[in-house]
Amino acid sequence: MTITDMSLKDMAAALAEKQFSSREATQEHLDRIEKINPQLGAYINVTSQQALAAADASDQRRANKESKGLLDGIPMALKDIISTNGIPTTCASRMLENYTPPYNATCWQHLEDAGAVLLGKLNMDEFAMGSSTETSYFGLCRNPFDPDHVPGGSSGGSAVAVAADLAAYTLGTDTGGSIRQPAHFCGVVGIKPTYGRVSRFGVIPYASSLDQVGVLAKTCADAGIVLSSISGKDNMDSTSASEPIPDYAAACTKGVQGLRIGVAKEFCSAGIDKTIIAELKRAITMLEEAGAQVEEISLPHTEYALPAYYVLASAEASSNLARYDGVRYGLRIPADNLHDMMIATRSAGFGPEVKRRIMLGTYALSSGYYDAYYNKTLQVRTLIKQDYDQIFAAGFDCILTPPAPSAAFRIGENTDDPLTMYMQDVCTVPVNLAGLPAIVVPMGLNPEGLPIGVQLIGAPFGEEKLFAAGAAIEGPRIIPPLDI
Amino acid sequence: MSNNDSPISSGDVEYVAKLAHLHLDETEKKDMEDKLGSILGYMQQLQKIDTTGVEATTHVLPLANVFREDVVGSTLETEKALHQAPERDGNYYKVPKIL
Repeated sequence: MTITDMSLKDMAAALAEKQFSSREATQEHLDRIEKINPQLGAYINVTSQQALAAADASDQRRANKESKGLLDGIPMALKDIISTNGIPTTCASRMLENYTPPYNATCWQHLEDAGAVLLGKLNMDEFAMGSSTETSYFGLCRNPFDPDHVPGGSSGGSAVAVAADLAAYTLGTDTGGSIRQPAHFCGVVGIKPTYGRVSRFGVIPYASSLDQVGVLAKTCADAGIVLSSISGKDNMDSTSASEPIPDYAAACTKGVQGLRIGVAKEFCSAGIDKTIIAELKRAITMLEEAGAQVEEISLPHTEYALPAYYVLASAEASSNLARYDGVRYGLRIPADNLHDMMIATRSAGFGPEVKRRIMLGTYALSSGYYDAYYNKTLQVRTLIKQDYDQIFAAGFDCILTPPAPSAAFRIGENTDDPLTMYMQDVCTVPVNLAGLPAIVVPMGLNPEGLPIGVQLIGAPFGEEKLFAAGAAIEGPRIIPPLDI
Repeated sequence: MSNNDSPISSGDVEYVAKLAHLHLDETEKKDMEDKLGSILGYMQQLQKIDTTGVEATTHVLPLANVFREDVVGSTLETEKALHQAPERDGNYYKVPKIL
């Protein structure tokens, strides 16, 4: 067993027992990144020097018996949407190609304070708009189980880095499934916590009422350790929640005895691949055998979640991305006057999918269409949220669903028609509209050798039950057949 | 809405691009018209739902106003804030002429 194979929990124990140093763990990860990142495209930027310096500082703390805990000295990485003081943060866009933030995002500050070793910044869809990491300005990211397939998106690099042992864990963001769908495609655990659980300060916004930071990890327990560390109230994000922060890793050992789990019939329609349904059924059996009560439920407005999501996410994006005007930071394309400079900058700095969503959102918010599209959709959002409120009020602890209609699709398969790409998010977007937590746990491989997971959705701040149920169905890690 | 086939016309595309401060070339315009048309067509299904009397949800949190004490905290230093400026003049961002 090499260091890079290890779970975060095992690595932390080995560091504590001085089986190896943080420098050795970090160097081993850097060597592996150098070897296989060129074929996978998971990292946009590898911060080797800073990583080794952070590892040495961690080893020094351990030698002085001043270790900061489980995360101290563990090599990890961040989606390149999370601001890192002094380290470029590009959002995989030409617009921010040369941007270096002057401050840390709060979620990263928590980890840095806990002694985390940052290996680098991870590939993603441009401004997190995409479901395959194919819209990145910095090139393709490939699925480690089959390089002809996408890793999912938008946090594709975050999922690949964990699956291919290029980081012990990573952070991603999830606006409509951007943590959970890549976790499913790459055979790792991915949790999107309740809206407000983790501060969004310093996380480059896409759709502010839907965006949430979360964790991708090798096991549920690992994801729990990290989530407990990054959660909490932040004065810099007025939407962050002050709810107490449980020990999510401990929740993984609680079991599912007596839990009531709903299976929503609307999520198991004809459009879902039969291998996905087969794994879902296997998860049901496992949960029942472990003592949970599984029942069919109905969430009648599910079919409207996808169009509603694309109206709202695009509307919020068009407003959020108005800040990229070539004045204060980021790209500037020179022109004779201010107006032309802004237009030239935005036209050159944004890729096609980002422009499409800005156009869609601007249209939905424009005079004459505002009520028909935007306001109407906000009302539909209420109906979708009420579906979930009623299920949890009826005593259900979580809801089990497929994470996506299929396993990872081929590179280029859905790039011609944006609508077919949007359909990939059908199982994940309702969760963001309702602001709920959800976890994706890997179950196994399909006949083509591609990973398949299941999704568990919880009540607001019900993450502990998700970890309990997730850990109950979690098998041994699925290892990609990488040719090194 | 200019015709029955597509919810968005080429005139709409040009108008929205202007609002969004984007310049689209002819190929981009045609592509945008086709693809936005099909996406907006798909979104029309939302109109089927009766939402009479349903309140709008702009965000999911049960939040009203968020207050904090009015005390001076640490802020970004001027130099750090200006460091990324594409062009500057002393402590100002510099832009091309406005009129």
